[in-house]
Amino acid sequence: MAILSQPEAQALLKKVLGYSTADECAASLDGRTTGNIRYARNSVSTAGSQNSVSLAVESRFGKRSGVATCNEFDEATLRRCVQRAEEIARLAPESPEYVPLLGPQTYLSPPSAAPTVLTAAARAQAAADSMAVCAARNLTAAGFLDGGTRFTALRNSKGLEAYQQSTNTDFSVTVRTADGRGSGYAIADVTDPTKLNAKALTQRAADKAAASVNAKAIEPGKYTVILEPAALVDSGDLSLLGGLMYGLDARSADEGRSFMTKKGGGNRKGEKLFDERITIYSDPLNAEVPGNAFDGNGLPTQRLGWIEKGVVKQLYYSRFWAEKNKVTATPFPSGFVMSGGTQSTADLIKSTAKGILITRLWYIREVDPQTLLYTGLTRDGTFYIENGAIKFPIKNMRFNESPIIMLNNLEAIGRPVRLAGCLVPPLKIRDFTFTSLSDAI
Amino acid sequence: MKRRNFVGLTGLAAGALFLPSFPSLGGALVDPARLLEPGADTAQKKRLADAGLNAAKAAGASYADVRIGRYLNQSVFTREKQVQGIASTESYGVGVRVIANGTWGFASTNTVTEAGIAKAAQLAVQIAKANSKVQKEKVQLAPQAGFGEVSWKAPIQQNAFEVPIKDKVDLLLGVNAKALDLGVSFVNSILSQVNEQKYFASTDGSYIDQDIHRIYPSFNVTAIDRASGKFRSRQALSSPVGMGYEYLTPKAADKVAGPTGSDVVGYKYSYDMLEDVAAAAKQVKQKLTAKSVVPGKYDLVLDPHHLGLTIHESVGHPLELDRVLGYEANYAGTSFATLEWKAKGLPYGSKVVNIVADKTQPGTLGAVGYDDEGVKTKRWDLIKEGRLVDYEKIRDQAHMVGQKESDGCCYSQSWQDVQFQRMPNVSLQPGKAKLSVDELVSKVDKGIYIAGNGSFSIDQQRFNFQFGGQVFYAIEKGKITEMLEDVAYQANTQEFWNSCAATCDESDFRFFGAFNDGKGQPSQSSAVSHGSATTRFNGVNVINTARKIG
Repeated sequence: MAILSQPEAQALLKKVLGYSTADECAASLDGRTTGNIRYARNSVSTAGSQNSVSLAVESRFGKRSGVATCNEFDEATLRRCVQRAEEIARLAPESPEYVPLLGPQTYLSPPSAAPTVLTAAARAQAAADSMAVCAARNLTAAGFLDGGTRFTALRNSKGLEAYQQSTNTDFSVTVRTADGRGSGYAIADVTDPTKLNAKALTQRAADKAAASVNAKAIEPGKYTVILEPAALVDSGDLSLLGGLMYGLDARSADEGRSFMTKKGGGNRKGEKLFDERITIYSDPLNAEVPGNAFDGNGLPTQRLGWIEKGVVKQLYYSRFWAEKNKVTATPFPSGFVMSGGTQSTADLIKSTAKGILITRLWYIREVDPQTLLYTGLTRDGTFYIENGAIKFPIKNMRFNESPIIMLNNLEAIGRPVRLAGCLVPPLKIRDFTFTSLSDAI
Repeated sequence: MKRRNFVGLTGLAAGALFLPSFPSLGGALVDPARLLEPGADTAQKKRLADAGLNAAKAAGASYADVRIGRYLNQSVFTREKQVQGIASTESYGVGVRVIANGTWGFASTNTVTEAGIAKAAQLAVQIAKANSKVQKEKVQLAPQAGFGEVSWKAPIQQNAFEVPIKDKVDLLLGVNAKALDLGVSFVNSILSQVNEQKYFASTDGSYIDQDIHRIYPSFNVTAIDRASGKFRSRQALSSPVGMGYEYLTPKAADKVAGPTGSDVVGYKYSYDMLEDVAAAAKQVKQKLTAKSVVPGKYDLVLDPHHLGLTIHESVGHPLELDRVLGYEANYAGTSFATLEWKAKGLPYGSKVVNIVADKTQPGTLGAVGYDDEGVKTKRWDLIKEGRLVDYEKIRDQAHMVGQKESDGCCYSQSWQDVQFQRMPNVSLQPGKAKLSVDELVSKVDKGIYIAGNGSFSIDQQRFNFQFGGQVFYAIEKGKITEMLEDVAYQANTQEFWNSCAATCDESDFRFFGAFNDGKGQPSQSSAVSHGSATTRFNGVNVINTARKIG
């Protein structure tokens, strides 16, 4: 039941809309069949699975709106859900930000669903493979593998119909030396789980763990750094590039409370804010990282240039803010692509006279929204580079840096790789600001 | 950067510290009246739980527990003159945890029938047996006698769900109107309420029925200087608490003034939202023209609403035994306070640092009668006169540190997630000698007073941290002189707590709360309080956070 086909989902939604007595009604189904396994100290700690489908119904009377949800689909429950949404709508205050529901739309067909998914046994085997790599080298693995299939279907009383199925598997592993003096990390996400190689990723994390023992302290200050993709985007927390992209919001800029606010009023769309080699776009049809075909309102996604040659070309406009400003609404994409070159991280190291290689950044928080200043720390593999080679591991450090300043201090840009639903290249940045040392390993 | 993270992250970007990414627990959106309907009675729940326990035993489990949970949430969101959203949710289901072949297994279901629960129990045993093949360490549970049929209710005075939504909307729009009248550019306000109705049964012979309530009012005001383009925000100095709607009826006895000249008021067991927003509106405008701090070493005087978060990050987390042992290495991290470090007997802090864990304090977020594995809650010492004496642990961890009992701090955010070790309330004890905030400040030659919590970040072993705040005031020669801006301090946990010079007395003690503390993979949220009195730390490194972006 958890994954409905397009005809099954639309038939159910059509039935739901048939119970509506509201002026407008929209219904959506979200379903998932996913499973996970977690391990630490080279032993499995927890495992779980989730099979669920939920229905959300939004009913509208004029500018009043109510939403109700349910996860059972017998006729009586469906009718009750619609009635409840209507009762809530009648009691709700009028929304000054009301926009009518969308009519029929045309959608792209991203290649977002692979034909195979991991079974529980395959997940356990991947975890066992990962732990075996570490046990053989007297290292300790802690990892998490989570994946499966999801679907979303929308339908409304204005004739909109949308459906998309996707598969995704996320894997991450932290490997530590037995004495706790070294730590390494690797992470990957894939649409097709047969392309996930937990063993190879664990090997990479294990190599970093072993190489990071006996870290030396260097003086905090401004350094040339090579940020690996895992230090630029993150699937579960705030990241330097994620924070920048989420910040491209027209409303907060127009209201005067964003780094995108223009002095004297309005926003900075159209201004060159970054190095001319910075180009970031979203493309739901990208074969390596297919995206969502529509947002939660049913607004179709398409290829969209956000930053082109350092110029901000696009901001996120909600339907309300777009209508108010007489511009086209922009659905927020599920991921983005940062254009890059052909160099690998290893190539970037070779061309570096003095610098620091950063595997991962951690606990990133906004310090000042005015300048998009963030703080956070390096973690799980930080190395000093001299004359084109890694010389020695260094102690972790805290940074205070703004991605806006960082993307102006660009030295080199590498080959993009998939991470956290995005395609991101490693970046070499000069004058990256570290403010203190950390003893954390 | 996936769409499913978008809501949570935009919340962070807006500075909405600890505000829920709602609805976060997967509950169904329901009519508010539903939140007042009684759930199943205890006789029914016992029958359902027994079906799960018996099925687990029959399938080969050596231990089983069943949690029947009804989780009710309501949030009201507003901005300026409008209601942005009102959501009431209910989530009802059962989680079954078992040990089979010395390995944990867990399964959950929202089919709350004897057959549905028995099926989940069988699945949990099946998972445990499958995972036992790659298990290296067999689970050992600290002994726990059954309590029979018992119950516990949070001592609230008014269930927040009994208050009409209109009253809540009026309160928040009243707060917004006051802020706008006082000249702020933008204001958001929110009221979140939670009721956990939990029934726990285990093969140890416990049948525990509990009723837990939480409430969190908050706001964020923003002032903009249109000419310069500068903007600043100030968040509420409220705390989420383990109370009912009575928290929103202000009482004079619960108000605590900050140091003379600071214009700060702290709140104990009731909160004056209108008073706080008026102060916020005044302070946020002052922030636009406040002096930018000169970086350097300062003596810091930290108010409890600020210090609570520092305690949370630099004491609460590093003393979680699962982190210490490496179970969180891939995500939340490990800890500097390893068993080896503890054995060395090095000072965690100065002699005035006495920190206790407590799951029994009335009105706090961590207070329950029994934890989510049927252990009666208690109070215990973590740090005594600066020395680490104990950790935070649950039943399957106690033996790893040579102890025989759990501390009762096991928790799951819902019926569908497995319970694990979570942080209890962790509090700095107030000073025994009489000491007011003004007396504390009067001894400081060059310092900064910080109230409220702002940006916060700490490394994965809890050594190096950086904290901001909501309002900052310069202290010169024992007096508050002016407001400062662009302040953040960086420190090492041990150096920081060893620089703790003095803490005010009991009369200044109050609780700060963290409403959505995240840990685990998949991540789970828990709520926890941290008490302290205003406290002085000497010679802390302060940085200036102002930048130019062109």
